[in-house]
Amino acid sequence: MPSAKAKQTIRESYGDRVFLACVYILLTIVLIATLYPLVFIVSSSFSSPSAVSGGRVWLWPVEPTLVGYKAAFQNSQIVTGYANSIFYTGVGTLISVALTTMIAYPLARKTFYGRSGLMMFIVFTMLFSGGLIPTYLVVKAVGLIDTRWALLLPNAIWVWQVIIARTFFSTSLPDELAEASEIDGCSDLRYIWSVVLPLSKPILAVLALMYAVGQWNAYFDALIYLKTNTLFPLQLFLRSILILNANSGGLDAGQIADKQQLLALMKYSIIVVSSLPVLIIYPFVQRYFVQGMLIGSIKG
Amino acid sequence: MRKHWQLYLLIIPPVLYFVIFKYIPMFNVVLAFKDYNVLKGIWGSPWVGMKYFNLFFHNPVFGTLLKNTLFISIYLLAASFPIPILLALALNEVRSGRFKRIVQLVTYAPYFISTVVIVSIIMLFLAPNLGIVNMLLGALGFHSINFLGNANMFRSIYVWSEVWQTAGYSAVIYLAALAGVDPSLYEAARVDGASRLQKIRNVDIPGIMPAAVIILILNVGNIMSIGFEKIYLLQNPLNTTTSEIISTYVYKIGLLNANYSFATAVGLFNSVINLILLVSVNFAAKRLSNHSLW
Repeated sequence: MPSAKAKQTIRESYGDRVFLACVYILLTIVLIATLYPLVFIVSSSFSSPSAVSGGRVWLWPVEPTLVGYKAAFQNSQIVTGYANSIFYTGVGTLISVALTTMIAYPLARKTFYGRSGLMMFIVFTMLFSGGLIPTYLVVKAVGLIDTRWALLLPNAIWVWQVIIARTFFSTSLPDELAEASEIDGCSDLRYIWSVVLPLSKPILAVLALMYAVGQWNAYFDALIYLKTNTLFPLQLFLRSILILNANSGGLDAGQIADKQQLLALMKYSIIVVSSLPVLIIYPFVQRYFVQGMLIGSIKG
Repeated sequence: MRKHWQLYLLIIPPVLYFVIFKYIPMFNVVLAFKDYNVLKGIWGSPWVGMKYFNLFFHNPVFGTLLKNTLFISIYLLAASFPIPILLALALNEVRSGRFKRIVQLVTYAPYFISTVVIVSIIMLFLAPNLGIVNMLLGALGFHSINFLGNANMFRSIYVWSEVWQTAGYSAVIYLAALAGVDPSLYEAARVDGASRLQKIRNVDIPGIMPAAVIILILNVGNIMSIGFEKIYLLQNPLNTTTSEIISTYVYKIGLLNANYSFATAVGLFNSVINLILLVSVNFAAKRLSNHSLW
């Protein structure tokens, strides 16, 4: 490749090289500043209770042990919360993706009468909202307060996700495909089920991942709509253990001092355990997220 | 219409969702002009006109809430709008694909950590005695500081932790815009002997301008509705003088004290200001740069 060679032979000026060096230094600092807190938390979670309380952990685990994790998994709130969050994330994602697709596909069909009006109807909810209390009263009126449905329905559709899905459907599925199927006498539903959905796996993955992360990390709806402990998602238990410092059952450590040390350590372990599902899948799904944001940024 | 009857059937559940959970609440804001009575319901309760708005505007807390809300969001905007752009421009200069990927992967990751966990990380790090920041200060011979108990530090803690969490995520959109810049522009810059800095100023920045304007409009439009979730968790009695914002106040008087009408009035005030801001910023952007939301 002569052209590639020619490019390489152009030497950068002195100023450019200094500039580039600054860029690398800056990015390295950013990298460390982002990574260090995460490494510190993981290392602390594997250290001994006295090392954490004594402030002896700086970078790597000190006196490595799994005591913190044992305490975390023996905590009944963490176990209940984990199970509940898995349920909310699974079912919630399913409902959200289904509803989003049901509205986004018709919005992408050019021959669908009323699509621009429908789009305005949806986008307006991004610009103006009734607010906290009016929404709460509706959720109360339909009888969802203190039921699992309160976390699955009131925020089931994110308008941004509808826009992303609609853009995908209208840009990557050719109109001719729909026309051909119409000529063949295929109904709209059948067409969606056997042609659109199989061709839209990437966008369905993006929608599912975004909704799943959102559902796993949410606490606010649970805070306002739920009262019964057994229904609480993980994040609400995390709030009481990590932030309100409410002591919880399941700890049978004898002495108070030991117990406090263990609690301090357990906080780190709980942070790791609760963020793990998202952070483990994250490197693998990163490109889907990026894809999703890119599709969404195309003005459709 | 008849041809697509199945599609109309399909949109019924999502449309019902929007009607029930988004539009009925919008009509429920009439609550702000009524004295809410649980037994009579929203529509049966007596009208009181602007009573609750007057109550709010003449309440000493009004000035503080407005000041805190605006201060935090403008500070946030000033930090979280330019930093992702700088990050993307810097990443775009990097030639090693591996280093670029690692920086992106790492800076993008905090976005996926939940608010509850982020706040507890902040609390653990800034704890008065055993937090790592204070231990570092102690090792350097300084007195320990109760960061979260200091009202003056609240805004900076909120804003910079937010930047830490979202900068990498927000940079993605600009990186995409940079990847879409016409390569012939770079060729031309090279032929003309442009330095890296000149290339950034004359090719890169115009390339990301449309995306930047849209994001700025959206951010300004949301200036009054900064995240309730994180601020509420970071609040404690020592820092409420700077941390109490409109949305946390609405939650407290509305749901905790069950003063529905008053809270609705405050919330409505917030939404209306937001809408006005969004529409006017969009109008200004259209005039000044030809880029706009609609």
